[in-house]
Amino acid sequence: MPSSNTSARVLMQGNEACAHGAIYSGCRFFGGYPITPSTEIAEGMARMLPKYGGRFIQMEDEIGSMAAIIGASAAGLKSMTATSGPGYSLMQENIGYAYMTEVPCVIVNVQRGGPSTGLPTKIGQADTMQARWGPHGDYNAIVVAPASVRECFEQTVKAFNFSERFRTPVTLLGDEVLGHMREVITVPEEGELEVISREKPDVPSEWYHHFEVTPNLVSPMAAVGDGYRYHMTGLTHDSEGFPTAKISEIKRKLDKLYYKISRFYDEIVQIDTEMTEDASICVLAYGTTARAARQAVHMAREKRIRAGLIRPITIWPFADEHIREHLAHAKKVLVVELNMGQLVNEVRRIAPRHCKVEQLNRYDGEVLNPVDIFKKILEVK
Amino acid sequence: MTTMTNSKNNKKKKKDANDGRFELRISGSGGQGAILAAILFAQASGKNPKYNVVQTQSYGPEARGGASRADVVISTNEIYYPKTMKLDLLMAFTQEACDKYFIDLKPGGLLIVDSNLVTKVPTKNSYGFPFVRMAREQIGIAMVANVIALGVIVELTGLISHEDMKAVIMERAPKGTEEKNLKALNLGFDLAKKTKRK
Repeated sequence: MPSSNTSARVLMQGNEACAHGAIYSGCRFFGGYPITPSTEIAEGMARMLPKYGGRFIQMEDEIGSMAAIIGASAAGLKSMTATSGPGYSLMQENIGYAYMTEVPCVIVNVQRGGPSTGLPTKIGQADTMQARWGPHGDYNAIVVAPASVRECFEQTVKAFNFSERFRTPVTLLGDEVLGHMREVITVPEEGELEVISREKPDVPSEWYHHFEVTPNLVSPMAAVGDGYRYHMTGLTHDSEGFPTAKISEIKRKLDKLYYKISRFYDEIVQIDTEMTEDASICVLAYGTTARAARQAVHMAREKRIRAGLIRPITIWPFADEHIREHLAHAKKVLVVELNMGQLVNEVRRIAPRHCKVEQLNRYDGEVLNPVDIFKKILEVK
Repeated sequence: MTTMTNSKNNKKKKKDANDGRFELRISGSGGQGAILAAILFAQASGKNPKYNVVQTQSYGPEARGGASRADVVISTNEIYYPKTMKLDLLMAFTQEACDKYFIDLKPGGLLIVDSNLVTKVPTKNSYGFPFVRMAREQIGIAMVANVIALGVIVELTGLISHEDMKAVIMERAPKGTEEKNLKALNLGFDLAKKTKRK
């Protein structure tokens, strides 16, 4: 087990790294219900949280889990839950509530095969769109997707930072292989990664508006019990949190939910690329799939095919501008996913005219390996 | 932006993307400690800072009862694809595991089997030792068969040092079993040394 021991190299599982990242971020509440392939996150939190003065609760189901972390966060704690497809579906109603009431929290979805209970022990990436559009209504979503054990740690920290900075739920989208994979990593030292906490109000309590539209659209957040009065409801509300039917207030609320994130696109988007400058074909993939894709790109280079890799780390908001830039000289872009084609439609939406969009999909619970992807590169290049 | 975000956009890359990559699989039936052995091997390789290490395993019904397996990829370069593609080494504790996974072994790859439990060996290029019997007879518990095998793998591959492997065994062995585990490991080292000399 890693300690605060500096630059120690330890063998760690992706799910474990996620739990350690949460602790590093200052997460002090976890409410969850065990589900393969995410269970090791709950186990890690159950082991560690009490040592840090935090609380772990195993709830009756995922609806309760999501409600619990919203409550804990409203009471001032950084909070998290972890689940997989079926649990993620159950959480959607309350995730929508968290968007509406602007409660920061982190939801980890270690993806398996779906729909429904699907394939508990097998990999999938078919929740890509659900992570953006799960709850009904208009809002903006932040979703990050690591591709290595070290990144499971780092991106959990990022997820907390985004959620605290923008007062919004953030989803970390993993997958079965990544969650269960062990890698030797250097655990970040204290202070090595930036840790952001929510802004608290400093105004007298009678001036406080829990949903005030500030210049950067994010409102300082008082915890329940801090001595500030406010109302929380899923109904569309005014700046004090009370239900409203005023047209101007309705629009202002929805604009706030949307633009508080889209306006900071550059701060949120993270993208990893390799050899795209002279690439005539770019391969775009995320998570475990991106690691196979990276190897395939290198195999293609050995055969003197000018291939490059685009790996979105922030999946939502989709990195429109960044990706378009990397496709500036490409004739083809090959979108590789473990689903029937989800991100590929986003790529179609933004690809420059000269760049033809191709896709490679697998959805039988197995990974695409580098040879599969390399063959597809040869076929479509 | 994360540390990994910095694009390595230089075109000059090593000749072979698989350079410096070593893939091994330890397989058997559930309860034989194949998965634990792979984890211990991965952990010991991690002690050497020149190696990147990834360990993966099969989950689900396949892992229960039938052939269970765990894989380790070690490389002096960054490991892109985390799973194994063509094994450099296959350790099989059962006939079923040997039959099922032999096809994944590279031509010329190294096969190690439990010679009592795997009677039909599909290649001449293999090493066989009666791990389970030796564990029972020479150490006193069959459970350490996987540790004897680890000793053999460490010695035959030469990828990691005896010291690193010993250190991991000492860290991970349940209290009171350290000595037996170390004895098993040393037995593995010796077995492999004698075989190599032949």
